[in-house]
Amino acid sequence: MFTKSALRRFRIFALLPLALLLSACNFVVLNPSGHVAAQERDLVVISTILMLIIIIPVMALTILFAWRYRHSNKSARYEPDWEHSTHLELVIWSAPLLIIICLGALTWMGTHLLDPYRAIGPGKSVHPSAGNAVPLDVEVVALDWKWLFIYPQYGVASLNELAAPVDRPINFRITSSSVMNSFYIPALAGQIYAMPGMQTKLHAIINEAGEYQGFSANYSGSGFSGMHFAFHGLDDAGFESWIGTLKASADQLGRGEYTALEQPSENVPVRRYGSVDADLFKAILNRCVTPGKMCMNDMMAIDAKGGLGLAGIPNLMPVSYDQFARSGAVLGPARSYVAAICTPEDSTAAGIAGPVTPALIGTTPILGSGLPLPSFMLNPRSTTSAIDPLPQPSNT
Amino acid sequence: MSPTPVSPIFGRFTLEALPIHEPILVVTFAVVALGGIAVLGAITYFRLWGYLWREWFTTVDHKRIGIMYMVLGIIMLLRGFADAIMMRLQQAIAFGGSEGYLPAHHYDQVFSAHGVIMIFFVAMPLVTGLMNFVVPLQIGARDVSFPFLNNFSFWMTVSGAVIVMMSLFVGEFARTGWLAYPPLSGIIYSPDVGVDYYIWALQVAGVGTLLSGINLICTIVKMRAPGMTMMKMPVFTWTSLCTNVLIVAAFPILTAVLSLLALDRYVGTNFFTNDLGGNPMMYVNLIWIWGHPEVYILILPAFGIFSEVVSTFAGKRLFGYTSMVYATVVITILSYLVWLHHFFTMGSGASVNSFFGITTMIISIPTGAKMFNWLFTMYRGRIRFELPMMWTLAFMLTFVIGGMTGVLLAVPPADFVLHNSLFLVAHFHNVIIGGVLFGLFAGIAFWFPKAFGFKLDPFWGKMSFWFWVIGFYFAFMPLYVLGLMGVTRRLRVFDDPSLQIWFVLAGFGAFLIFLGILSFLIQIAVSIRNREKLRDFTGDPWDARTLEWATSSPPPAYNFAFTPIVHDNDAWWDMKKHGYQRPLEGFKPIHMPRNTPAGVFLAGLSMVLAVALIWYVWWLAAISFVALLATAIGHTFNNNRDFHIPAEEVVQTEGERTRLLAGHAGA
Amino acid sequence: MTMTVTTVQDAGVQPVFYVKDEHDHPEGGSTMLGFWIYLMSDCLIFAALFATYGVLGRSFAAGPSPHDLFELPLVALNTSMLLFSSITYGFAMLAMEKGRVGTTQLWLAITGLFGLAFLGIELYEFTHLILEGATPQRSAFLSSFFTLVGTHGLHVTFGLIWLVTLMVQVAQRGLVQTNRRRLMCLSLFWHFLDVIWIGVFTFVYLMGML
Repeated sequence: MFTKSALRRFRIFALLPLALLLSACNFVVLNPSGHVAAQERDLVVISTILMLIIIIPVMALTILFAWRYRHSNKSARYEPDWEHSTHLELVIWSAPLLIIICLGALTWMGTHLLDPYRAIGPGKSVHPSAGNAVPLDVEVVALDWKWLFIYPQYGVASLNELAAPVDRPINFRITSSSVMNSFYIPALAGQIYAMPGMQTKLHAIINEAGEYQGFSANYSGSGFSGMHFAFHGLDDAGFESWIGTLKASADQLGRGEYTALEQPSENVPVRRYGSVDADLFKAILNRCVTPGKMCMNDMMAIDAKGGLGLAGIPNLMPVSYDQFARSGAVLGPARSYVAAICTPEDSTAAGIAGPVTPALIGTTPILGSGLPLPSFMLNPRSTTSAIDPLPQPSNT
Repeated sequence: MSPTPVSPIFGRFTLEALPIHEPILVVTFAVVALGGIAVLGAITYFRLWGYLWREWFTTVDHKRIGIMYMVLGIIMLLRGFADAIMMRLQQAIAFGGSEGYLPAHHYDQVFSAHGVIMIFFVAMPLVTGLMNFVVPLQIGARDVSFPFLNNFSFWMTVSGAVIVMMSLFVGEFARTGWLAYPPLSGIIYSPDVGVDYYIWALQVAGVGTLLSGINLICTIVKMRAPGMTMMKMPVFTWTSLCTNVLIVAAFPILTAVLSLLALDRYVGTNFFTNDLGGNPMMYVNLIWIWGHPEVYILILPAFGIFSEVVSTFAGKRLFGYTSMVYATVVITILSYLVWLHHFFTMGSGASVNSFFGITTMIISIPTGAKMFNWLFTMYRGRIRFELPMMWTLAFMLTFVIGGMTGVLLAVPPADFVLHNSLFLVAHFHNVIIGGVLFGLFAGIAFWFPKAFGFKLDPFWGKMSFWFWVIGFYFAFMPLYVLGLMGVTRRLRVFDDPSLQIWFVLAGFGAFLIFLGILSFLIQIAVSIRNREKLRDFTGDPWDARTLEWATSSPPPAYNFAFTPIVHDNDAWWDMKKHGYQRPLEGFKPIHMPRNTPAGVFLAGLSMVLAVALIWYVWWLAAISFVALLATAIGHTFNNNRDFHIPAEEVVQTEGERTRLLAGHAGA
Repeated sequence: MTMTVTTVQDAGVQPVFYVKDEHDHPEGGSTMLGFWIYLMSDCLIFAALFATYGVLGRSFAAGPSPHDLFELPLVALNTSMLLFSSITYGFAMLAMEKGRVGTTQLWLAITGLFGLAFLGIELYEFTHLILEGATPQRSAFLSSFFTLVGTHGLHVTFGLIWLVTLMVQVAQRGLVQTNRRRLMCLSLFWHFLDVIWIGVFTFVYLMGML
């Protein structure tokens, strides 16, 4: 039904005899394989039909009036001073209003029902038997320019490849390492932004086995075009064996490996990791993969209590590592980030112990919470040399 | 500590910044340089510099400033369209392992520049130009409220355009998309001059736009001819008023948000950074609080143009004037309550998303009412299918499709699957080309005889019309299709070979549009050549309805020898109906503002300041800033700002018109 | 427009379609309206900065908060400087109405001194903060604080430059119509900055310390 209505729409839209060409295409948005995307497709189609109720008459009337009241047609009535009709005005305001009331109601319900943060209940599966399955957790990280998927329930991860069992709800938790991206698998569900230091959520379910395309739908820099991945909808056995291939991989993904992976790279082939640091996603999300850096959740907790006061001012470390290894603004100080601390009390103590120095860089930071001493602290003045001399992308 | 060392003399400019190793740019530069030298040479050869300087560059005449805005917009259209063709070509060939012909570094600049140029330096100057030219005439005024400010605003827009053009050959433009979302546009991920070009071009042009908005509001509020109450203003004046209210209420937000981004990039503050508490979502919100009204800033004047054109060419009063005015006002207000629909996918809650979705849909009600009003203006009319009317019909048929897809995108779950896709790209080109651009072409064809005294050649106009309309459908309907196939925007290369045919079709459409632009330029050239044949002696070539047609074409510097008195919202129609007799005597000296070069200097210094900031040339920035301040203060000491056109000159001008009218009576 | 308009269109009576007896419109008839609209647009810039402060004002990045940094007595002193300058500007306008050039100039000069005092105290506060290490770069809170307060300060600076310019012009040409209009504009500007400052004082300083 949808394919047919789509065809009808496109004949009107394109005014081209392209039916054959169209039928050969894969309209993944109009013909998805996941329940969420299917309902979103339904909304697209219903809204379009609702609006066509008013659009088609308008277009027809435009052509009709233009033809009927052409200058050469002297038989048509000509009323140069006719400018008002209360009845007609009532109609032209209320007709769109009625459509919008319907569409508004549909929007309100649809938006709440299809809120990406809303977990998928048993009723949302095409196969009710699958309703009780434990949802699959997937942690998604948008990197420059590839996608990292961590499966916390299995302790494995994959790069630029995603798989999920058919009819089992999937809970995505999504973040980004550097810039904004948008996580989108058209066959599965609508997209949602992946943003650094923030977590977005997406709940979805795939109902047909197959291989689908996923990609970033928000431009993120030079490698953006290659930032896509295959999404496999597998049956249970297939998924288990796919997880098996991941587990079989000797590659491990710890903080160090992640730091290397985070470097910008384009068109990266699929990579699989047999084991993953359990806290890696949390650290990525809170932007504290680098040792000694304060996690954002800790920082926010401190901020909620009013910050660390003047004592907290010099609690900074120069950026010794960055994906792009670039320094800060031309008129500002060198880039730095907040160093980790044990507890606010510790920091206060440290603050009282040492006089507060105004300079930002080069002061001894408050000691990290049991972390190894960062290398630059052995040589506190080496702020410039601490920056990794990576090759700069050409500026021309 | 910046990526490249900052020299105290040249800032971060080095010879590396010149793209001598990029053949496409070298050729472009050669062509532009040769064209530029030819134009400058011709001006010198014909000794036009003095004339141009005295009569045009330093003018405070709203008509000439309006025309200069239009020229700027058309020139920048060529640049913006060149970008479009490059993108279409790249996307049409980059399949099956082919990288196309544009590397990411270049392609990403092209699409960013395309958006920025088309919105800020094509659509805005064309819209502002038309408003500048038409509004004072339509309300029976002699000029705008602040004629000097008008000149300054224009040159600020030019300076912004020059800064963007400069980025083509010196350094590079932003590679961030046209709204430069951080963190990508922050100093860490975009350390080069591109985003700085973006920021300062927009800041400089934005000052011009804001001041011109204030100027036109005051003009409309304060300088209407006696008898023209608010509800007797022509619809174009109404839509201009609303547009300028939107400009004044929206552009400060752009200025603020770009300043914050500039602070992040220059002094290392943390507004939109990832660490130290910054919040990039703040930028996205703020830029769209400007960005969404911006869309209506562009479309409202187009709606006004269509209203004037429909009632003129249907030979009939506009149907539902009052509801048209209220619809415009409602759109103006609502356009501030919808910005979040540009990022439903940023993870706001369902209630927030549906609120903004529904407010967006509500805008379609007044818009729909407008559409019906035009429809019923045609009803029982006598429609002459002249060029402006053809554009209007094309608009009515095209815009409803764009409106429909727009409302579709306002349904958040539908947006989840269509956001950032080529469907979205098709949608906004559908409304901007099908609405704004068609409106501007209608307006140009409509008011050209008023501005220059001769009509545009209809044959080449129709060629341009058909190439544009058919080209538009070929170029953008495939993008709707591709969007439904899940293809996202701003991609440089593709894997799926089955998509290619659609991109080839879209490329063909872009080629047709190219022919449309070419025909438009030929139309102007042919019309200038045949101007004697196309001459309009009456001042009212279309049998039109509003005041601007009451004066001669082109109008004299003072617009109206006597300020008209208005009794009806179709003032000129009313005058004709009552057998209005043009006054032939009793002329008096007319008080007019005097030309001044201060606007050119101020805008030029702003441009130097901006370029110095872009390249970190601090000494030049300091000097130009001080010079800017000194020039501005110096200008306030200039008390020689106005003069009187002597009565004899008015008598002479009006006498010539009387002879012309008599000589061609009945012709 | 000062002329009366006949809109009565009796049958048979030809309506009047143009103004026969037109006078020059005095220059600057729209200036006050235009300047007011400009102020409203400026107000929106501040609105954006207030909103930014509202969003980022609690992001201390584990650094200092308003409690650690602000000194209310100093800010109160500063506020009084600006408030006094508004009052003295009012006196200048009263003197202008009476056409007294000397008194006007005197009050303008006092206004300028109060403005300078305000700027001086603000600069002292900023320097103090920066020397403590609470720089605009330290946290988003400090970025938005410095930008909001600094933008206001920048406006006061330009107001002072304008004030001096006007004093020179008044000295040159007396209280002519043009100068009166300009003084009125600056008056709007000056009081506008006062209102903005009250917003800053309440929203940033008082609410930050509460």
